[in-house]
Amino acid sequence: MKLPPLVAHVAVFIGAALVSAFAAANESQPAPPDAERARELVHIVRQDCGSCHGLTLNGGLGPALTIEAMAGKPAESMVATIIGGRPGTPMPPFRGIVTESEAEWIVDQLMRGFPPDTGLPPVQARN
Amino acid sequence: MSSQKPRLAPPVLWGVVLSAMVFLLSACASTPPAALRGTGDLGVVIERADGRVKIVETSGRSVLATVEGLGDLSHASVVFSRDARYAYVFGRDGGLTKVDLLEARIAGRVVQAGNAIGGSISHDGSLVVVQNYEPGGIKAFDAHTLELVADVPATTEDGRRSKVVGLADLSGKRFIYALFEAGEIRITDFADPRNPVTQRFAGGNQPYDALVTPNGRHYIAGLFGEDGLALVDLWNLDKGSSKILDGYGRGEQPLPVFKMPHLRGWSVAGGRAYLPAIGRHEVLVVDTTTWQEVGRIPVKSQPVFAMARPDGREIWVNFAFPDNGWVQVIDTVSGQVTHTLQPGRGILHMEFLSKGHEVWLSARDDNRVVIYDTATKTPIGGFDSLSPSGIFFTTRAARTGF
Repeated sequence: MKLPPLVAHVAVFIGAALVSAFAAANESQPAPPDAERARELVHIVRQDCGSCHGLTLNGGLGPALTIEAMAGKPAESMVATIIGGRPGTPMPPFRGIVTESEAEWIVDQLMRGFPPDTGLPPVQARN
Repeated sequence: MSSQKPRLAPPVLWGVVLSAMVFLLSACASTPPAALRGTGDLGVVIERADGRVKIVETSGRSVLATVEGLGDLSHASVVFSRDARYAYVFGRDGGLTKVDLLEARIAGRVVQAGNAIGGSISHDGSLVVVQNYEPGGIKAFDAHTLELVADVPATTEDGRRSKVVGLADLSGKRFIYALFEAGEIRITDFADPRNPVTQRFAGGNQPYDALVTPNGRHYIAGLFGEDGLALVDLWNLDKGSSKILDGYGRGEQPLPVFKMPHLRGWSVAGGRAYLPAIGRHEVLVVDTTTWQEVGRIPVKSQPVFAMARPDGREIWVNFAFPDNGWVQVIDTVSGQVTHTLQPGRGILHMEFLSKGHEVWLSARDDNRVVIYDTATKTPIGGFDSLSPSGIFFTTRAARTGF
């Protein structure tokens, strides 16, 4: 069966609009962690995810996680990768280190361009 | 022109020239000569977030100078010229920077790839070779001018390029390295630098890093994709590669690896190699004559560096996130962990003085380099440094595999 071109175009347009509306609704969902935890998560992503993905997130042993690299990637599968890892690759599961909603927040931040690391708060010297 | 007789300069010109000479000579005499110093006690600390290195001296444990403008150093490594005057710094962004340690300035810099992981220098000091992730391969540069001499892509028959890991210098102008995706070990000979010749060996599933033993005889590649390591006997290349410690995890589910271990010749001591197990909280002990496992030592977490103190009596181990605030010391005589230390937050690297009496540790999250006395296991100094990572002393200049 062949659809008339106008119908196909309209269908694709409506479909795309629905998908982006749904994605937008999804994007607003992840509850932001409190400021201290957010700072910690940014630090973990930049520094420790950074040992494979690069401090600038331009990639290394793991792929780039820049705003350009993340474009068009399904958020849910990114969240699943953070929580469960990616078997057969060096990507480990971060279950127990970040929660599902924190992973959603991280993916959301990656898609928007990840914030810079402001380090961990200073502590009293142990020695 | 040559037949013309020399003419005396007019008196006015002589007047100018002579007074200029007198002025310059007196300037020379009145400027104190730059203090002479050797480079044997110097080193470089990478400040990973700021594209900067600190030049340090280990006799007084002080920072001599800071050199900026080295690009993305979020993963960086360093080799030294044979005379230990120059540090070649390999950055994450493919930058190769030659730093003059005495003049504390950049003596040369090229950005040679999109994504690099490290490099090496030929035994004669003439070639610096960089290992690249993107585009996968190695490139050789003239060590003096940083001019590109040869480009050797890590390509396989299917046309794909692999990330290059575990690059090390061999005798002659040969370099050995492993291909992460293709699972190969390759040796490239730059005897004729513009026409390199490459030999290929089986390397196992997903080699992630490798080492050449201090005597230059054996090459060992750690494997991420399987339980075991690949071994090449460089004195018997016709025998190809073999697998050692096959199945060391005995089919157990590997634990998550939050940071890949680093392998170097520092892990070989007293006829044994102490290797970080991958996906296990263990250090594997291998006899370097038979290459059989002779023990395994349980440690706190996933080891990243297992480094022998240069006298071989101790192995210092640091760990992957989230346990990177800990360091454990293994006594090689008893084969036991004897000390568990917390030198600071985010211990990324350790570097021993060449005789082993001090170890310098970078505490990334405390923005500090801490210095421990290895005899007493207590801190004896340190200095502030922004997000420090690798620490490299010039004594590496004299060692194969560094």
